[in-house]
Amino acid sequence: MNGLASAAIKMAGLRGAAWALDPRIEPGRHAALRPAGPESARIEWLYWVIFWICLVVFVLMMIGFARAARISSTSVSDRAILEDPQGDRRSAWGVGIGLGITTLALFVVLVFSIAEGRPIEGVATQNDVTIEVTGHQWWWEVAYPNSEADLRITTANEIHVPVGERIAVVMKSGDVIHSFWAPNITGKRDLIPGYASAISFQVDTPGTYHGQCAEFCGLQHAHMGFSVVAESKREFEAWQRQQLQSAIEPSEPETKRGRQVFLTHACVMCHTIRGTTAASQMGPDLTHVASRNRIAAETLPNTPGALAGWILDPQSIKPGNHMAANALAGDELEALITYLESLK
Amino acid sequence: MRTQSALLAGLIGVVVAGVGVSCRREDRILRQPPTASATLNTVQMSGLNAGANPAPQPPVPNIYEESAYATSEGQRLYEQYNCVGCHAHGGGGMGPALMDENWIYGSDPANVFATIMQGRPNGMPSFRNRIPEYQVWEITAYVRSLSGLLPKDVAPSRSDEMNVKPSESSTPRQTPTGITGTPEPKR
Repeated sequence: MNGLASAAIKMAGLRGAAWALDPRIEPGRHAALRPAGPESARIEWLYWVIFWICLVVFVLMMIGFARAARISSTSVSDRAILEDPQGDRRSAWGVGIGLGITTLALFVVLVFSIAEGRPIEGVATQNDVTIEVTGHQWWWEVAYPNSEADLRITTANEIHVPVGERIAVVMKSGDVIHSFWAPNITGKRDLIPGYASAISFQVDTPGTYHGQCAEFCGLQHAHMGFSVVAESKREFEAWQRQQLQSAIEPSEPETKRGRQVFLTHACVMCHTIRGTTAASQMGPDLTHVASRNRIAAETLPNTPGALAGWILDPQSIKPGNHMAANALAGDELEALITYLESLK
Repeated sequence: MRTQSALLAGLIGVVVAGVGVSCRREDRILRQPPTASATLNTVQMSGLNAGANPAPQPPVPNIYEESAYATSEGQRLYEQYNCVGCHAHGGGGMGPALMDENWIYGSDPANVFATIMQGRPNGMPSFRNRIPEYQVWEITAYVRSLSGLLPKDVAPSRSDEMNVKPSESSTPRQTPTGITGTPEPKR
């Protein structure tokens, strides 16, 4: 009947094939050693300090072992070692020096960790941009709060930030403990039910960075990703203006039909499209779903085929997730996809 | 040598017995099998009939009532689809209580399923096409657990809400009245 629906059904049937279509996350998008801001630069510096200390200790240990192995293979008999008071004194010195070096090395690491950790930890009361992130099984709700309720932006899994400004992220959880971690940007922060935590950072290099839930939170923990899009102030403000608008009113018969399908099927029970009667907040806000790069918490690219596969059979893509399988007819599905893809 | 082989045989025996005795691990149904909503038309809602009594229908089993996972999913959906808005956590409010023995439209899984799918007079909306059928069956399982009609090992043992009642798994069984028992439910 139509190529799109049959392709989607085929795709949904092949377990995991959706990922095969999808290029891997580029190296560098998810790397603590490629810092994009001052916080991650501190973490990277601390990493190398600890790395070099450990390397020196490792090399010294290996030299010590090699020496000990050589001495024990020479002609000193067991008896001579046991009855060697000078040897006892020497080994006491050896152990003492080793203990001293260990304590000193660990103390240096401790001091640097605290010195670098404190500025990363701190959150100022005034920030240029404040973002509310709520963790759900298994996606991220992202909101830009505003004292005027109609200027509040709600989106999902894609966090836009302006470059070079202080960002504060206030974090909550809707269910279990999650952890917010974008390694290029800063360290981890847990999202704890019934408790707000916060982290503050700055991104200096524009780009799209990948983030990931870093606290095991159930079946689809591994597919609970997000992205941070760092862009210029002007681009960020344009993005905000666009996100504030209600959903585009459908003009074509196909998109009108798609909206009708959305509003008369299970979609409406969980998702919001501002400008329509769909206002449930259980699932991600879909008002501007077509403007996002990926769907299903960074699991699939935002293409018509992936979207169709996700709607028809989400349980073979992310088994156990809370999106219900929807047995839509081919023409209904096609209209729905056309409508969703029009929601720029 | 003989003692060794006897020991080995004993060990194998213990392992086999352990496997036989050990609990069956519950399988979570993640990809849902298609459900038959055709049962809707044959469900009897009332003890009153025109003419002779119809032949009793065999009860429609709800496979989700055998799964603690599905029942807890039903609990989550009961919350998220706002059943609590009218029925509260079983005690009722705008809608009837679900934790007592009175079932206006029958207590069998198929009856509860039909009630959710079709809606009922005086305010119960129809959720047909809105909630996928397998989720309606999961909610059905949870609704029946509210009055202790599900086995203890399947019924949820706690919830995140402040409940003044015992959990579903410790609710004593409320013997349903209505079309399964003779007296018509009190209104």
